[in-house]
Amino acid sequence: MSKTILAVDDSPSMRMLLRAALTERGYAVAEAEDGVAALEWLDSNAPHLVITDINMPRMDGFGLIEELRTRPRFRDMPILVLTTESSDEKKARARQAGATGWIVKPFDPEKLASAIRRVSH
Amino acid sequence: MTNEEIQGIFFQECDEGLASAEAGLMACRAGEHDGETINTVFRAVHSIKGGAGAFGFAALQSFTHHFETVLDLLRGGELALEADLMTTLLRAFDVLSDHVAAIRGAGSAPDDAEVLAMLQAIGSGERPRPAVQAPPEPLAVAEAAPGVDLSFDLDALLGGLEAGDLDLGEPAALPATSPWRVTLRPARGALHNGGEPLLLLRELVALGGEMQSADTSQIPTLDRFEAEGAYLGWTLTVPGHVNRAAIEEVFEFVAEDCELRIEQDGVEPEEPPAPANALPVDPPPSSQPEAATNVVPIKSAVPEPVKPVQAPVAAATAGQTIRVDLDKLDRLVNLVGELVITQAMLAQQLQDCGQSAIQQLTDLDHLTRELQDSAMSIRAQPVKSVFSRVPRIVRELEAQTGKRVRLELEGEATELDKTVIERIGEPLTHLIRNSVDHGIESPADRIAAGKDPEGMVRLAAEHRSGRIIITVEDDGKGIDRERVLALAVERGIVAQDARLTDEEIDNLIFAPGFSTAKAVSNISGRGVGMDVVRQNVQALGGRIAIASTPGKGSVFTLALPLTLAILDGMIVSVGDQTYVIPLTHIIESLRPSHGEVKRMGPGQHVLDVRGAYLPVLSVADQLGLSGAADDPTQAVLIVVETEEFGQAVLMVDAIVDQRQVVIKSLETNYKPVPGCAGATILGDGRVALILDVETLVALQITADEPPLLRRA
Repeated sequence: MSKTILAVDDSPSMRMLLRAALTERGYAVAEAEDGVAALEWLDSNAPHLVITDINMPRMDGFGLIEELRTRPRFRDMPILVLTTESSDEKKARARQAGATGWIVKPFDPEKLASAIRRVSH
Repeated sequence: MTNEEIQGIFFQECDEGLASAEAGLMACRAGEHDGETINTVFRAVHSIKGGAGAFGFAALQSFTHHFETVLDLLRGGELALEADLMTTLLRAFDVLSDHVAAIRGAGSAPDDAEVLAMLQAIGSGERPRPAVQAPPEPLAVAEAAPGVDLSFDLDALLGGLEAGDLDLGEPAALPATSPWRVTLRPARGALHNGGEPLLLLRELVALGGEMQSADTSQIPTLDRFEAEGAYLGWTLTVPGHVNRAAIEEVFEFVAEDCELRIEQDGVEPEEPPAPANALPVDPPPSSQPEAATNVVPIKSAVPEPVKPVQAPVAAATAGQTIRVDLDKLDRLVNLVGELVITQAMLAQQLQDCGQSAIQQLTDLDHLTRELQDSAMSIRAQPVKSVFSRVPRIVRELEAQTGKRVRLELEGEATELDKTVIERIGEPLTHLIRNSVDHGIESPADRIAAGKDPEGMVRLAAEHRSGRIIITVEDDGKGIDRERVLALAVERGIVAQDARLTDEEIDNLIFAPGFSTAKAVSNISGRGVGMDVVRQNVQALGGRIAIASTPGKGSVFTLALPLTLAILDGMIVSVGDQTYVIPLTHIIESLRPSHGEVKRMGPGQHVLDVRGAYLPVLSVADQLGLSGAADDPTQAVLIVVETEEFGQAVLMVDAIVDQRQVVIKSLETNYKPVPGCAGATILGDGRVALILDVETLVALQITADEPPLLRRA
C-alpha cells in the first residue's frame, strides 16, 4: 500500500506540482487548501506525512502545525513546511511551531524526495 | 497532468490572485480595510511569487519578491498606509498585472524599473535587519546597487536555495580521499515533532556510510528512562569523495538539535598532513537546556499507531475546471446545432407520415434541447473578465485628468457567451472613458455644484428576460443638450428648425461623425466616436440607449443577447416565404377584430392595443413580397418591442411553429441583408431568414425622415 501524504497549500498549481512529484515517486496524495480544510480531512484520516504551506487564508501553516502537535494522534507525525524563504528566522519559527523539517520553494523534486526520506519511513 | 496544464492552473491562480489583490487594494484606498485585507493582498502576491519561482518566471518572481516585502512590512505594522504608499502599491499592482500578462504571452515584460526602485526604497528604508541573518539576503544585493541586473538577484536567491542556510565556510576542501568521520548525538528531544534519527543514519548509509560504533553511555537506568528521550549516539564513516554539503544536508533539519561532528578522518600516507579542516559543528549553547525542558511526562509517551490510509484523493479542491481548446468547443456547439436541425427534420418527416405521436421522439426532442443548453453553457463566461480590466482604466484616467472617481462594479458573475465577452470589451472601455472624461466633473467643479468631490461610475450587469443588460452610469454633469444640438445642426445631422425631445437630443451623440469634445482629448477622443460603439454593440445583436439628467449624470444601457449561436424563434409564413421572428422581441400575437385596426392612409394602419395605437408594419411590403395578406384583419398581427422605437406591430400571414433555431450567419455564407439578422435551416430542410425586428421597424418608421428624428 502506498504511503499517503497530505499536501496543504492554497495554490492549486502548487498542490498539482506536489502531487505530480509525489505520485511519480509512488505516494498517494491528498490535498487541502488551507489549515482548516487540512484539519477537517485529518479528523478522519491519518497520512504518513503532511507537507504544508505557511501563508494561507483561514489558518496558516504554523497554526496548523501547532494545532496538530496538541493532538496525541499527530504528535509524532512528520510535518514538512513549504517556505519561499530560506532564512534562519523562518526555519526557527517552523521548528518552534513543531515542524519536522522544511522544503524551500521552488522545490526540486529530488530535494523534496530527499527531505521526505529524512523524516518518514 | 503535464507541466503545461499545471502552468495553466497557475495562470488561473494568477488571475484570481490579481483580482483579490485588486479588491483588497481598492478597499484600502477607500479606507475600508483591516489587517486581513492587507493579509489577503500579501497572500495573493506571495502565491504568485511561489508559482513564478516554480515555473521559472524570473522577472515576475523578482518583482513579486519586492512587492511582497513592502506588503509584509505593511501588514506587520512597520509601514503606515499613507497616500504615497497607496499610490505606489496601486502602480505596483498594475505592473504586476502586466508581468502576469507577459508570462501568459500577451505582450512583452513590462518596464518595471521605476516601480521596482520605489518598492526597494520603501522596503529597505525601514526594514530592520535581523541580526541572525548571516548570508546576505538577495534583497540586500539589490539595495546596495539599485538598477543592478535583476537576474543577479535571482541567482543570489537560487544560490541561497542550493546551499540551504548552511554556512559553507570552508574552502572547496582538499582532494578529499580520506573518509569522513561523522559523529552524531541527537539531543534528548530529537524524537519530538516527528523526528527520527534512524532515518538520518539510513541516508548516510545511502551515501556510502558505514556504522562504526554506537555510544550507549548515556542510557540511564530504567527508573529514569524517558520513552521519548533520545539517548544514543553514533559514529559513522562516509567515503571521502562525498561532498561535505551532502552530509550536512542530511542533518539539515536537526543541526540545531544535536551534537554533530563531521571530520575528515586520518591522514593518507601520500597526502600532506591534513590541516584542521574538520569543522566541528557545535550545538548552539541554548539547545541543551531547551532540550532538557522538552522532556515529556511518561504517561503520554505511547504514541498512537499511525495507520496507513489510502488517500480518498481530495481532488474536489482542484479538479473543478478543465481547459478546453475553443475550436473544439465551437465544433461541439456546431454539431449540437446540426443535431437540433436533424432532429427537427426527422420529427417533421415522421409527422408528415402520420407518426407524430411517438413518445420517444418527444424524449429525443427534450434531450436534444438539454444537450444544446449544456453545450451553450460551456461557452458562457462571467462578465468579470471584462469588468476586471475597468478599475485600472479608471485609475489611469484619474491620473490623466486629475478627477477623482469611485468605481462601483455589480453583477460580475453574470454569464455571457464567450464571443460576446470578447467583443464587448472595447465598446465598454470606450463608455467608461467617456463617462470619466465627459461625464464626471473636476473636483473643484463638483464642489461648486454641491456634489461630493469624488465622482461615481457604476458598471453593472444583469440577466433580464433572455438578454444581458449592462449599464454604465455616472453621476457627472449629464449631457449638455444645447451644445449637442448646436453641434448636430452645425454638422448637418439635424435640420436647423428641427424640434427634438430631450431624449432625441441625447441620442444624437450616437450619430455618425458626432463628437462633443471641444478639443480632441487623448482619452476618449481617439478617432472612435459613440457611433462606433453603437455599431459594435449592434454587430453583436445588441442595442445601446442613453438616459441623461443635466447635472445629475448619464446612464448608458446595453442590451446584449446571451448567445450568438441559437435563438428561440416564432416561425411565421408571409406569402410563400417562411421567416423566423426572435421571441425576445415578441410581446403578443393576435388576430384583430375590425374595430381594433384603424386605417391611416393607403396601406397604413395602426392597431389599438388596449388603448395604445401602434403602427402596423407589413413584413411583405418591407421585404418586397407579393401574395401576402394586405388586410390586417385577415392577417396575424405580432406585437414586438424594440429598444429604439418602442412597440410596433408586424403583419404576417400565419404562425407556423415556435422553436429554437440555430443561427447561420448571412454575412459569412452570403452577404448582409437589411432587415434580416441571419438564416436558419428548418425541420423540412428549407432555409428561413431570421427577421431583424429592430432594423425592420426602423426602416419603416424612418423611411422618409432622417434617422433619430422620430420615435414611436
